[in-house]
Amino acid sequence: MGNGTELIDFLARGEARPQRPWPRFRLSRAQWLDLLTHLTIADWALLGLWAEPGEVHAAFCDASGAAMAVASLACPEGDFPSLATLRPGALRLERAVQDLFALAATGIGDGRPWLDHGQWRARDGARARARPASDYDFLRAEGEALHQIPVGPVHAGIIEPGHFRFHCSGEAVVRLEQRLGYVHKGTLSLMQGKPAATAARLAGRLSGDSTVAVALAFARAVEAATESAVPERAIWLRALLAELERIANHLGDIGAIANDAAFVFLQSHLTVLREMVLRAADQCFGHRLMMDVVLPGGVARDLDGAGAARLRALAAALWPRFAELMAIYESKPSLVDRTVGTGIVHPELAQRFAAGGFVGRASGRGFDARKHPGYPPYDRLDFAVPVLSDGDVHSRLLIRAREVEASLGLVEQILGRLPSGPVFAPLAAGGGEGVALVEGFRGDVLAWVALAPDGRVRQAQLRDPSWFQWPLLEAAIEGNIVADFPLCNKSFNCSYSGHDL
Amino acid sequence: MWKLLAKTLLTKPLPIAAPAPEEAQLAELAGRLAVAARARLGRSLSIRQVDAGSCNGCELEIHALNNPFYDLERFGLRFVASPRHADVLLVTGPVTANMREALERTYAATPDPKWVVAVGDCARDGGLFAGSYAVVGGVSAVVPVDLHIGGCPPSPTRLLSGLLALLETAARGR
Repeated sequence: MGNGTELIDFLARGEARPQRPWPRFRLSRAQWLDLLTHLTIADWALLGLWAEPGEVHAAFCDASGAAMAVASLACPEGDFPSLATLRPGALRLERAVQDLFALAATGIGDGRPWLDHGQWRARDGARARARPASDYDFLRAEGEALHQIPVGPVHAGIIEPGHFRFHCSGEAVVRLEQRLGYVHKGTLSLMQGKPAATAARLAGRLSGDSTVAVALAFARAVEAATESAVPERAIWLRALLAELERIANHLGDIGAIANDAAFVFLQSHLTVLREMVLRAADQCFGHRLMMDVVLPGGVARDLDGAGAARLRALAAALWPRFAELMAIYESKPSLVDRTVGTGIVHPELAQRFAAGGFVGRASGRGFDARKHPGYPPYDRLDFAVPVLSDGDVHSRLLIRAREVEASLGLVEQILGRLPSGPVFAPLAAGGGEGVALVEGFRGDVLAWVALAPDGRVRQAQLRDPSWFQWPLLEAAIEGNIVADFPLCNKSFNCSYSGHDL
Repeated sequence: MWKLLAKTLLTKPLPIAAPAPEEAQLAELAGRLAVAARARLGRSLSIRQVDAGSCNGCELEIHALNNPFYDLERFGLRFVASPRHADVLLVTGPVTANMREALERTYAATPDPKWVVAVGDCARDGGLFAGSYAVVGGVSAVVPVDLHIGGCPPSPTRLLSGLLALLETAARGR
């Protein structure tokens, strides 16, 4: 248990493939089946599952989070044995692989299409089956007093599209089923054939709120693939950008949760703090959401002395104002009454789905990619990863609050220790395969890229944290009242675009 | 909380001054609005936002319109929960194949007279996502568009200036 080498030793029976920094092994079908058997006893978490034409890949990390590896299986017959019964987080990923690469997951237990709503234009490798978009066989809950509530894809608020099918008994939710894929844009296929710098712009738009995190994961994967060194100052600036993104999103989320519990006062004040962060980002980096600032090879913009002073002043201003607002949250019994005990995710489920971010950390799973496997400069920074175990809306809110404080501390540390020097270095020529895991505000983002010898993207995968969080929302709402769904949903704030690809 | 409220009352208000509408936006609108529509809608518009495939970047900035700095409602503009209550559809994203029908249905559910504002570079022509097997194109590929507000994503100030252009045009028609 937790012995970092066990995972790699097990997979090393396969043929080693040139992937950096973590190894990839191509297993025979018998070895893949062995892996499936071993997954019943091993506590390895599934980090991602994706495919390219004729081959499927699955990334794992061991319980300590220190060892990582990718297992691959060639699928000459167009099928692969499913992992879904052993690692439930694999289910939707496999359904997506079926839709996008026409590889069948045998034994998956749920053969319904996922991202494919029967509307796409035909292209090689994908099944272009024209059928009505509404043709989808929702799971049922049957009983005399049950009724259905269909919601979406166009929702009542300013949010992304998705469909929620509720089965209810009076006010209580008996079953919620999600149908996603509405904003599938074919982002990964658009990246193919593009130079890394162009593909990075697409990575930065996988999910607008996580533009820094996804662009950083992609850049790190490209840099690993090409064995390119990144200037030290760029590494520190990237962490600065990532922490500012985390702060801005958490401030917005905490306010939005309060708003869904009808406490607009708190949201109003938190949106002011969020706006202060975005304006500072705009002045320092030229973009409010910091899009296109992280590039393979470094960052696009340096931070000057005035910018650093501005960010220092921002952190100093945010500390007391945020503390005052959180004290108000904790002092309102009618507000806390809505969040405590609502939408509980049991720690066992968070573990089984390898849920990251505040969803995992509010349910006892302390995984944070900045700590394990870790990446620079976080190994030289001092910060705590908060973990709670109640798994309710309140815990997810508190995790965010503690992370805002930790990130403010990180911003101050980074500004105090920013090394000087260049912020960009051209990538080394050539191709290769790289993989990276980066902690975004929602949780760990996995990026994998295979570059052709001319440096263009041959194949890429970006796995948003939401893949392993969306299914837990279905579990969290069970037995809660319909009116608490917005509250539960906001406490998850999963990405639609990041998930739909 | 009361202390903070009192402090807020005594400090300078946050809202920014109204930005001037861009000339290009006024020109785009001028030819498109029927006099009858202007007269009926006046200076108050209800907006229904529809994400037809965006990365969520545009939604974040549309959200910001409601914060105390931009305070959209002071101009008579407000977001509503149903297309049946809306005068304006604020549509973001390259329209994905999977959202096409939902956008068409939302448009059909919005009572006349109505305007469509396409928000963001993707909403103009598909932007970075143009040419994908899963993307239909810009918003105008599916429903008629009255005004484009560009940007990736447009800043709240730019959004505000576009929406004010809509109000200006509506008011002039009375």
